[in-house]
Amino acid sequence: MSTTSVKPIRPWAPSVTDRAMTALSVFLAALTSVVIVATTPMKGKIAYFFLFFIAWFVIDSIFIVRKMGAKGIRDGLAAKVTLFGAVIVSMAVFSILWATISRGVKGLNLAFVTENMRNASMFDPIGKGGILHAILGTLMLIAIAIIISVPMGILTALYLTEIKGRAAGLIQFLVQAMSGVPSVVAGLFIYAAIILNTPLRSSAFLGGLALTILMVPTVTRTAQEVLNLVPRDLREAGLAMGATQWKTVALVVVPAARSGLITATILGVARIAGETAPLLFTVGVFDSYNFNPFKGDQGTIPTVVWRGLLGGTPESVQRAWSAILVLLVVVLTMFVLARSLGSRQPKK
Amino acid sequence: MNQEAQTTQNGTQMSEQQNTTPSSLSDVAANRAERKVAGTVPMGTGLEARGVHAWFDKHHALEDVSLDFSAGTVTALIGPSGCGKSTFIRTLNRMHEFIPNTSMAGQVLLDGKDIYEAGIDVTKIRLQIGMVFQKPNPFPSMTIGENVLSGLKLAQLKVSNHEELLEECLTRAGLWTEVKDRLDAHAGGLSGGQQQRLCIARALAVKPKVLLMDEPCSALDPGSTLRIEETISQLSKTMTIVIVTHNMQQAARVSDYTAFFLSDGGPGQMIEMGPTNEIFSRPRDQRTENYVTGRFG
Repeated sequence: MSTTSVKPIRPWAPSVTDRAMTALSVFLAALTSVVIVATTPMKGKIAYFFLFFIAWFVIDSIFIVRKMGAKGIRDGLAAKVTLFGAVIVSMAVFSILWATISRGVKGLNLAFVTENMRNASMFDPIGKGGILHAILGTLMLIAIAIIISVPMGILTALYLTEIKGRAAGLIQFLVQAMSGVPSVVAGLFIYAAIILNTPLRSSAFLGGLALTILMVPTVTRTAQEVLNLVPRDLREAGLAMGATQWKTVALVVVPAARSGLITATILGVARIAGETAPLLFTVGVFDSYNFNPFKGDQGTIPTVVWRGLLGGTPESVQRAWSAILVLLVVVLTMFVLARSLGSRQPKK
Repeated sequence: MNQEAQTTQNGTQMSEQQNTTPSSLSDVAANRAERKVAGTVPMGTGLEARGVHAWFDKHHALEDVSLDFSAGTVTALIGPSGCGKSTFIRTLNRMHEFIPNTSMAGQVLLDGKDIYEAGIDVTKIRLQIGMVFQKPNPFPSMTIGENVLSGLKLAQLKVSNHEELLEECLTRAGLWTEVKDRLDAHAGGLSGGQQQRLCIARALAVKPKVLLMDEPCSALDPGSTLRIEETISQLSKTMTIVIVTHNMQQAARVSDYTAFFLSDGGPGQMIEMGPTNEIFSRPRDQRTENYVTGRFG
């Protein structure tokens, strides 16, 4: 309890006049865009959107010139262009989410996530059969890809950041080249190298290998960035206490970068979760459960979507949208789980 | 509570000393020398640098430095920025080589044995010659207790009684009373001065014979600096300490010997070394006198 009664204020906050000016310019810009769309041949949401931004810039510039002079125009333009970019990107994200949720939710029911498609077809009425087999298949593929590519990616990143051996430049180049490999090529590679040349036939394991080709560069490059953020001080502190380089990396560097390495894994999973093309050659399609990762075709969510869209009837397209929604939820759940595991402190 | 009161009292004394005339630097150093004589028998192991040069790529950073660090003494390395003090101290426990494209020449003898000898186990050298860095760098993923004992895991040492070692190291670093109730808390929550004392405790846990300190107080406030200087005085009874400092008051307060480094645009050189009170009262070299009296640098 203080004895004086000083009221905290924010002298830097926009004044009532400033706010009124902003509201007025936004209102005038909106009005202008409506008038222009109504009186000219320009039509549609896109026209409103662009006209609003142009009109807003012109009107707001007039206000700015009064306050800051001509130099304020560029400042205002830069602020509006960045806002414009951000709005376009968020609109894209939200419209994808909205399309998925609004269309996908119609086909959701208990059977859709608890049954398989053995006794049903994509063309049956909604409510018959489900995609649990595909959910399990996708989870199995992601697990296989994580088991192989996370250690590979992190070890490669450690070689590039900690050991910096002679081959580092070459490996860095290869990792960058690898991140540009189209996903269908990864599938074709596994098909040509393994399925055509060995007795092995399509299975979840081979699909996991194809996805690994796509996931390793993402994990490696992200892991490399977070390892580079670990201060050199910490490495020196470890080494100055008589630790070998391996001990310093294992006990100091990797724990310090733990949450970043989890992010690297998440980004890797995000890269592969929705891949369809490589699975067609390596995993095939299947309508029931297959719990053997090394033998037999496997149902996966992306291939269910693919088949649903190819089917063309309202029921099969509906199933495709619902499957996309399920994939979205599965991936989102994994992210939340990984985040909460990653942020948990080792001891309270 | 007692300890805090004591700290405040000492702090007052220190500020009084700082307020007196510049010539008091040598008085401070003389006081220190008297206390030292009254102290215990020197222990630990001496370190000896012979003709040490250092290069960063083609840049010759340090030229022909020979220095003797006798067992149980505190030696301060002073000099303006860029004169090679930090480079020199890093050659003493082979940290210099972690910077890419560096090279060196000369010998560093620990117990009469060259630490740069071919075939020597570098990790054993660094175990015996510990280091405290300029910026406090506790391990962020570990608790306070784990930080102190991290050296055991890192250097793969076996110790029977962890609790005892933990208390001993934290006590010697002057941090035990402040953290004994929160050894399971994260080290990041400590203040800068506490973190630096934690780093000292961590360095002590592997029982080094020599402790190198590279400007350990440059990022700390006067109170924390004082605590660390007290810690150094305590430690000097049992080990050899080399400390780089920009603060000449600090050099006068904590060290038995002082070495003055200078670069005249070329590689850094060691200009003069002697008992601290002599360096501050009657230096042999004019450049040293100019520096310690504040006429340049």
